[in-house]
Amino acid sequence: MAAVIEAKGLTRHFGGLRAVDGVDFSLEHGEIHGLIGPNGAGKTTFVSLLSGRIPVQSGVITLNGEDITHLPAHLRVRKGVAYTFQITSVYPRLSVFDNVALAAQSRGAADVPAEVARALAQVGLTGLDLSIAGTLSYGHQRLLEVAMGLALRPSVLILDEPTQGLASGEIDGFKALIRSLVPQTTILLIEHNMDVVMDLADRITVLNFGQVLAVGTPDEIRRNRAVQDAYLGGDHAAG
Amino acid sequence: MTDRAKVWGVHLLVLAALFAAQFLLPSYHVTNLARIMVLAVFAMGYNIAFGYTGLLSLGHALFFAAGMYGMGLPVWHLEWLSLPALIAGLLAGGAMAGVVGLLALRTAGVSFMIVTLMFAQAGYLTLLYLNSWTGGDEGFVVARSGRVLLGFDLATDTPRFMAAFVLFAAGLLLCLWLVRSPFGRVMVAMRENEERSRMLGYDPFRVKLTALILSGLYAGAAGAAYGMLFGYVGATFATIQYSILPMLYVLLGGAGTVLGPFLGALLMFYLIDITSGYTDAYLFVVGAALVGLVLFAPKGILGTLRERALRWLP
Repeated sequence: MAAVIEAKGLTRHFGGLRAVDGVDFSLEHGEIHGLIGPNGAGKTTFVSLLSGRIPVQSGVITLNGEDITHLPAHLRVRKGVAYTFQITSVYPRLSVFDNVALAAQSRGAADVPAEVARALAQVGLTGLDLSIAGTLSYGHQRLLEVAMGLALRPSVLILDEPTQGLASGEIDGFKALIRSLVPQTTILLIEHNMDVVMDLADRITVLNFGQVLAVGTPDEIRRNRAVQDAYLGGDHAAG
Repeated sequence: MTDRAKVWGVHLLVLAALFAAQFLLPSYHVTNLARIMVLAVFAMGYNIAFGYTGLLSLGHALFFAAGMYGMGLPVWHLEWLSLPALIAGLLAGGAMAGVVGLLALRTAGVSFMIVTLMFAQAGYLTLLYLNSWTGGDEGFVVARSGRVLLGFDLATDTPRFMAAFVLFAAGLLLCLWLVRSPFGRVMVAMRENEERSRMLGYDPFRVKLTALILSGLYAGAAGAAYGMLFGYVGATFATIQYSILPMLYVLLGGAGTVLGPFLGALLMFYLIDITSGYTDAYLFVVGAALVGLVLFAPKGILGTLRERALRWLP
């Protein structure tokens, strides 16, 4: 499989804090790739570098072989890298329709209303078009956020903690949705909910203190001693 | 009735009422109304930047004055006729907004307010400094030749009203179309959440610059028309007062509503006109009205109305 996004030696320090410290990473075409790590491991900083929200200090990012290290964020979106926010970031005072339409028209969709209907149907929000986004339940706002990402018809969809705050029933629906997107869309999934990651991901990258601790299939990651230490503390390894 | 029909119905009704007003109202009020319509065009431009895109500028007097002098100076020095002069004024407003925007849009929020204010102040002082060209603080009277448009003498009541009406109608319908267009949606998105909009593939700088230039074109057209219709060009129109006025109109009528700027201009104009007939302290009354507005209807008249009842109002 060919890499869609590849990062080499990616680094970003904030003062003395090494948020991302020389990370090599590759996202293979059509996979669901989980990104996990303890709190403060640098996950969000890392995907912010990939999506262009934060400038890179050193290292190189390529998208389908093209160097995008210094490409502004909005142009990366146009090239097919979509990012959904960890903290729900819909437009609360606009209608659900307008929220999704903004995404659809951004890539020049010919029939915006049809695209909006399609994206809303995918996440199961059909019929809520005219509701004001800020009046939706939290779970529905999370799904709207995902619908905005889908309406961009990205080749890479970066989901930052998408299931946070969803009810367990909603999580099952969400997993089915993500599975239905591949292999047309490549998914990078940052997730705290281990069941979701282990269940969905083809491969998992574990970050710790801004560095890659391990890369592998869910089974390999589960058995990996270093990962267990990072999550459960060093004593576990000794004991 | 569909929302679309309601929207067009309301706006065309307002235009029809304004057109009829010239036959029904006494001449004093007809002249006032012409003035209000031109100022409303200025405020509509302000509303595109502030109400829809969220750019709180304190420098719009500069764009208004650019339009006014862009029209007046060629008439004075180059003896241009009214139509090319009017177009020059329109373009001068847009160009000035473009230049200011290129620099000022590197800032946001309070810094943007201060930078635009400083640009406008610099523009005002430049007008005074170049007084052999601009007439300084005395300004100048627009020559008769520059006040005849397509054969109509704009110094007389009916052509003046009609010219103001045509400008206003064009501005209103264009604004209505703009805010309901895909780009209008992006302007609002920029106002609501710039970072989110960036991550949907929009370049914030470009969107804001475009909105500011559109805003400047409105201000320029209004400035040029004001000078031409009322026959005088002066540096007073470049003072901070003329940056504040459109903001007040917009806040009073309702920021982010198409008819708000006109309603605000109409009410504010007559509030001052009527109260100044009774007391020298008319600004006190204006101030009291604004305090009341902020307390009871912070979204302006039409903004409040939209929130409470008329969800479809653009």
